[in-house]
Amino acid sequence: MHPGESVQDRTESRLDRIRGSAPPRRHDARTIAALTRNPGCARRGVLDAAGVDKDLLARQVGFPAAFGQSRFAIVRGNVFEARVKADGCVDLLRMFHECLGSEPGGTEPGGTAAGEPLLVTGDAEPDETLAARHERTVAALRTASGTDRPVLITHPLLRLAVGGQDVHLEPDLVLVRPGGLFHVVEIKSFPVIDGQAEGEKVAAAAIQAAVYVLALRRLLGRPDAVSHDVVLVCPRDFSNAPMATRIDVRRQLLVLDHQLARLSAVDALVAALPPDLTFDLAPGPDGRPTRPAAELAAGLSRLDARYTPDCLSMCELAFRCRHEAAGRTAALGPSVREELGGVETVAEVLELAAGTRAPTADQAEAADRLRTTARMYAAGLAAGPATEHAAGDRGPTP
Amino acid sequence: MTAISSYARALAAASGTAVPTATVRHVHLAARPLILVPLAMAGEANAPLAAMVGTERERPELLVVPQPRNRDLRFAFAARLAEIFLPYVLGFAADIEELTNGPRTVDAPQLIVPNQAGVAFVRLFGRSTRFRTTTGDYAVEPSVPLLGRWLTFFAERAEVPGSSLMPAATEMLSLHWATGQSALEDANLAALMGWIDPPAGADGPAAARLAEDPRHCPPAGPTTDPGFDNEVLAPAIAAYDAVTDPSQLPDAVKRLEEALHSQLQPTWDLVWRALDRLRVLPGGASVPGRWEVDRSRYTGFHTYMIEEGLPQARRDGAVAAARRLNRMERAQASYDAERAFDDPLVMADHRVTGEAFLGSVVAVDRDRRVPNGRGKGRLVTRPLVTLRTEDPVRLALGMKVVATRRRRQECVVTALEPCDAGILVTLEAQNGMGRSAAPAPGSVPEVGESLCYSSVLADGVRSATMPEAEDTPWTHGGPPQPYEPSEQDTAEAWE
Amino acid sequence: MSAASVTSSASAAEEAERVIQAVLGDLRRGHSRGVIVDSPPGAGKSTLVVRAAAVIAGSGEPLMIVAQTNEQVDDLVERLAARLADEVPHARVGRLGRAGYAPSARIANLPNIVTASDIAGLGDPEVTISTAAKWAYVREGTWPWAIVDEAYQMRSDTLLAIASRFERALFVGDPGQLDPFSTVANDRWHGLVWNPTQSAVAVLQRANPDLPVHRLPVSWRLPHTAQSVVADAFYPFVGFRTGTGPGERALTIPGHARGPADEVLDLAAATGWGLLELPARHTVRTDAEAVSAVADVARRLVERGASARSGTDERAVTPDRVAVGAAHRDQVVAIRAALGDLADGSGPGQVVVDTANRLQGREYDVTVVLHPLSGRRDATAFHLEAGRLCVLASRHRQACVVVARAGIRDLLDTHPTSDPVHLGEPVKFPDGWAANQAVLAHLASRSVQAGGAAYAAR
Ligand code: SF4
Repeated sequence: MHPGESVQDRTESRLDRIRGSAPPRRHDARTIAALTRNPGCARRGVLDAAGVDKDLLARQVGFPAAFGQSRFAIVRGNVFEARVKADGCVDLLRMFHECLGSEPGGTEPGGTAAGEPLLVTGDAEPDETLAARHERTVAALRTASGTDRPVLITHPLLRLAVGGQDVHLEPDLVLVRPGGLFHVVEIKSFPVIDGQAEGEKVAAAAIQAAVYVLALRRLLGRPDAVSHDVVLVCPRDFSNAPMATRIDVRRQLLVLDHQLARLSAVDALVAALPPDLTFDLAPGPDGRPTRPAAELAAGLSRLDARYTPDCLSMCELAFRCRHEAAGRTAALGPSVREELGGVETVAEVLELAAGTRAPTADQAEAADRLRTTARMYAAGLAAGPATEHAAGDRGPTP
Repeated sequence: MTAISSYARALAAASGTAVPTATVRHVHLAARPLILVPLAMAGEANAPLAAMVGTERERPELLVVPQPRNRDLRFAFAARLAEIFLPYVLGFAADIEELTNGPRTVDAPQLIVPNQAGVAFVRLFGRSTRFRTTTGDYAVEPSVPLLGRWLTFFAERAEVPGSSLMPAATEMLSLHWATGQSALEDANLAALMGWIDPPAGADGPAAARLAEDPRHCPPAGPTTDPGFDNEVLAPAIAAYDAVTDPSQLPDAVKRLEEALHSQLQPTWDLVWRALDRLRVLPGGASVPGRWEVDRSRYTGFHTYMIEEGLPQARRDGAVAAARRLNRMERAQASYDAERAFDDPLVMADHRVTGEAFLGSVVAVDRDRRVPNGRGKGRLVTRPLVTLRTEDPVRLALGMKVVATRRRRQECVVTALEPCDAGILVTLEAQNGMGRSAAPAPGSVPEVGESLCYSSVLADGVRSATMPEAEDTPWTHGGPPQPYEPSEQDTAEAWE
Repeated sequence: MSAASVTSSASAAEEAERVIQAVLGDLRRGHSRGVIVDSPPGAGKSTLVVRAAAVIAGSGEPLMIVAQTNEQVDDLVERLAARLADEVPHARVGRLGRAGYAPSARIANLPNIVTASDIAGLGDPEVTISTAAKWAYVREGTWPWAIVDEAYQMRSDTLLAIASRFERALFVGDPGQLDPFSTVANDRWHGLVWNPTQSAVAVLQRANPDLPVHRLPVSWRLPHTAQSVVADAFYPFVGFRTGTGPGERALTIPGHARGPADEVLDLAAATGWGLLELPARHTVRTDAEAVSAVADVARRLVERGASARSGTDERAVTPDRVAVGAAHRDQVVAIRAALGDLADGSGPGQVVVDTANRLQGREYDVTVVLHPLSGRRDATAFHLEAGRLCVLASRHRQACVVVARAGIRDLLDTHPTSDPVHLGEPVKFPDGWAANQAVLAHLASRSVQAGGAAYAAR
C-alpha cells in the first residue's frame, strides 16, 4: 500500500483491475435490489462491486444466461407508461388521491382540492450532462416541497452512494404532496386483476421503490419527508387502464439499509484475492472478447459461489454456478439439502446412507437418519405392486 | 420436501435418471382426456396467442390469434376454443347414475395442461371471459361466457388437493418420480421428462440441459421464448398487420400458424408421453373414490349451469372464503392419509418421521373388556395389541392410529416401551370388531402378523357450519352486496 | 424493596388500572360492537377477562366466553368461579365440553359450575364458556356479550363460524404471538379484508377500522431485564413496561460454576439473559450437542436448587417452574429424551419441554430456549417468524437462557426477508428478520462460549 492510500482506495483499484479495461457496469435500482437476494454469495458480491458485465462474462465462459426480453413485453411497458402519463397526469392524481387518501390536515394528495398539479419533467434535455440533470432535478425536488399544489416530477435523476460509488437512479415518478410529503411512484406493466398481482413481481417492484425512497431520503436529508408508502401503478384487469395501489415498503427499507451498510464487507473479500485476478475480456480490434474461457473460469473459481436454484431467476452466472454445483446437495434446493442432513455432496449422502462410508463426528446424526431413510425407501419400493416402474433396479440395497 | 423424496433426488442425481417416489398412480387418468397447451403473448395480461387442443394425440387442433392485442380476435379465439371444449365437457352429462343423495354422472371430463402456469392461464382466461355479455356494444358469441364459467370451474377444482379434474402434467409427474435437479427446475416439463424418459443415448442431466435450451426445445408455455418472439413471431405478426389486400390474409395467417405450431407441437407430444408413463402405473386404491368426488362436483356444476348459471364471483366473499378453506384443508388431510395408505413408498415418509411404523404383533389381549365410561357397569370390547418395531417411532400416548391393512379399525396408543431391539407399542382397538361382545373372527390382529400403523389420518371432524352469505356477521364486514351483472363487467376489457 | 421501586410498581399498577377502567367503560357504554385489548406477554390478560366477565355477569346480561384450548378454558373457569363466588354469588358458570366430556378434577367440584356437552344441558347459566372449536357447533341462541380470549391465536374463519352467536364482544390477545396457520396455501385470498387464514383480530380490525383498541401497558410476568429487549424487538411501535423495576426480581442459584452451563446460568441470574454459544457448525435439526447443552442447562438449574424472588416473595424454582422451548417437535422429543427422568412425562412436577406453539400463553420462572436458527444453513420464513421467537423469549419471570450455535448473525445477513408481496395485505410488524437481529444484538453481550468438546455427541 502506498502511504496515504486508504483501504477504500486500495479496494477501488483492486476492483478496477478485476474489471479490466471495460467500462464499469453501474448499479441501478434493479441491481441494488438484487443485493437483497442471495447476499451471501461472495462471487457475485465482488463482481458487482467491480462492475463486471456478468452477462458478457457468462457468455464468454460458455454459459450464456437465459434472460432475454421479449419485444412484446418492452412495447407493452412503453405503451402503458405513455398512457399513464398522458393528459398531464390528471387521471393519475385522481388515483393517487384515492389510494393515499387525504391527510388529517386536509391536505390532498391529488389535484382537485389543492389546485392543478404541477408537472416537472426530469427527463434528460438535449446535451445535458448527468451532473447538470441531477442538479436540475434535485432543485426541482427541493422547490416542490414548498408549493401548495401537488407536484409530479417525472424521471428525476437521483444519486445514492453504494459501496463507495455513486449510483444514478431514475424513479418513474415522484409525487410531492402539498404538505411536502414525497411519494415514490413505480409504473409497472404487469396487471392487477381483481386487486391481485403476482407476489414476486410486486415484491421486486417494492424493493426497487424502496431503493428510490432511500435515495430520496438521503438526498433531502429529511427521512420523514419521504413516505414509506409508495404508489404502484399497473394496468387494471385485462385492460390498459391504469390503477394505483399503495404499498408499504418499511420492511424492504430495513433490509436495504442493512445490506448497503454491509457492502463494506467487499473490502475483506477483495483483500483475500490474488492480486493479479482479473476478468478483463481483452476485447480484440473488433470488440469481441479474446480472453480464453479457461482463464476466466479459473478466475471465477477463486471467488466462492453460494449457488441455490433461486439463482436461476436472478443472476446471469447461474448456469455456470449450477454447473460447478453439480453433485452437491445445494443444487437440489435448500430444503432437500436440509432433509439430507446438510451433507455436502450427493456421493457422500449415498455412501452414508448405504453405510459404506464412516461418518465424521458432525455427520453421525445425519448418517443415522439417512440409513433409516434408505432402508424405508427400499422397503417401500419393494412392498409396492410389482411393475416395471417399481421393480427397477434403482433402489439401493439397505 | 420430505426425507424420502430428498433421498430419492440424491439417488436420481447420482444415477442420472429419475427414480420413483410412488409405487401406484395417485391421480385419476381419464380414458379420453382433453389436452390443452396454451400460449400467451408476453407482456400482456393473459392475452391468448395460440393453443393446441384436443382429445386425440394424432389430431390436435391449432388455434391462433393473429394479433393478440386485438380484443375481437381474442374473443374469436375463445369462441373457437368453446366449440371444442364445451361439447367435450358437456358430453359427460347425459350418462347418469342415481344415488340416494341425487344423481351423479358415471364419468367426467378431464382437462390436462402442461404445467402450473397452464393452470393459471385457464383460471385467468376463465376470468376474462365469464362476465362477457352476448348483447349490446361488446357482444361476444354466446359460447364465450359459458366457456369462461366452465374454465373457472376447472381452475377452482385444480386448487383442491386430490382432485383430478384439471391436473398439470408436471405436477402429476413430480408426484411419482424424483429427478436429480431442484423442484424449481422440475417446473420445466421438457426437463422433467428428460429425467424421467430421456431420449435414447442421453442421460437425465444431458436431456434436461438440452430441454432448457429454447432453440432446441420451446418452453411449455404459456410464456413463449423471447428469442422466438423477437425473431419469428414479431415479424410474422407485423406482416399480418401490414396486409391490406384481404386475399393475402390467409398467407399471413398461415405463416403465423406454422410458427406457432413449431412452438406447440413438442409440448403437445411431451404431455402425451407423460400420460403414457403415468398410465403404466397401477391406480391407487383411493383414486376411484376421489374421482367420484370430482364426478359429483362436475354433476353439481352442470346442474347449476342449467338452473342458475351466473358467473362465479370475482373474489370470494367472507363466507365463501371460509368454507372453501375448510373444504380444502379437509381434502388435503384425507388426500395425504389416503396416498400413504395406498402406497408403501409414500408411507415410508411417515415411517422416517416416526408418524407411522411397521411392526409385528407380539401380544394380543383379544377379549379385553372395559367399562364404557357411561356408568351402570356396562362393558365394551377393547382388545389390546402389542407390536414390536425397529422404526424410529415418534407417537404420543392417546394418539389415534390405523393400520394400512385394517383401515376400518381405529386404535389408540396406550403404551410405548423400549425393548432390547426397538420399541414395544401397545394399541387399544376402538372399533371394527362387530356388534357382539366378543370380537368378530379376524377383526383383531393376531400374534405374528406384520402391520403398518399410521397416525397420519384424514381429519374426521366435520367442519363448523358457516353462516349463510347474507348473514355474514359484522366482524367480517356484514352481508356483501349481492352480485348483479353491470355494464362495467362487460366494458372493462375494451378500455 | 426500595422506596423508589414501590412507587414504580404502584404507578405501574395505576397505569394498568386506568386502561382496565377504560376497557370496562367502553364495554358499559356499548358505543361500538367490539372492543379490542392488546396485551403484551403476562400483562394480566386473564385478570382482565375475569374482571370483565364479572362486571357483565353482575349486570345480569348473559355472557359467552370463547377460549382457544381446553386448558385455557379450565384456567378461566377456575379463576372466574372464584371471583363470581365473591362478587356475584348467585351466578353460575356453564362449562361446555365436547361429546363425552368429563370435567377435569380441578373444576369438577366447584360449587358454582355446571358442565354439559350441549347448551341445553347447561340450563342458561350467567356465563357460558367453551373453546372456539366447540362454540362453532352451537347453532342456536345469541348472547348479548362475548369475550374472546387469545383472539390473536384464533383463525378468522373460526370467528366467522361463531360470530352470529353474540351481539357485542371484547377481544383480548397478544399480537406478538404466533399467527394461526393453515395446512393449505392458496393465493386467492390475499388482499381480502376477510382473508380466512389471518387471525380473527386482523380481520375484525380490517372490517371495522373504528373499533377502539386498548393496550395493557404493564407486563407483570417479565422481569425488568426483559423490558427493552422484548418491547423493542416485538412491540416496536407500542412498547410496554414491566411491573417490577430493576432489582425487584432476583434469581439465586447456589453452588459453584463447574462448566459453561453453570456459567451461563450465573450470567442469566445476574442479567436476566444468557446465551450459551456453541461452536459454529451446520447441523441437523436435532443437533445432539445443542440438545445436550440445553438439557444440561436445565438439569444444572434444577440440581443447584435455584430460588426466585419477586419483591419480598421468595420461592424455590421447582422443575415445573422451568420450561424448555424449541421450534420443532423432533427437537422437543430429543430434548425430553436428553433430560431423562426430569421430563419423561412420568408425573407432575417435571420440567416442561415443548414447541413455541404449545408454550403460548404460559409462564415459568426460567426458560431455556434452543434458538430456532441454531445450526441452520438457511433461514426460512418459519424460522424467522417473529412470533416464534417472541413466544420463546417471553415466557419467563426471572431469566431466559438461549442456546445456539455461533453464526446466526451471518445467517441473518445472508438471508434477508424476501417474501412475495401481496397487494392490499397489511404489512406485518415486527419483521421477523429485524426482530431476530435485535434479540441477538442484546444477547451478544451476555454470552458464554462452550468449547468444542463440552457437548460432543455421546
Ligand atoms: S449464480 Fe453464482 S454468482 Fe450468481 S448469485 Fe448464484 S452463486 Fe452467486
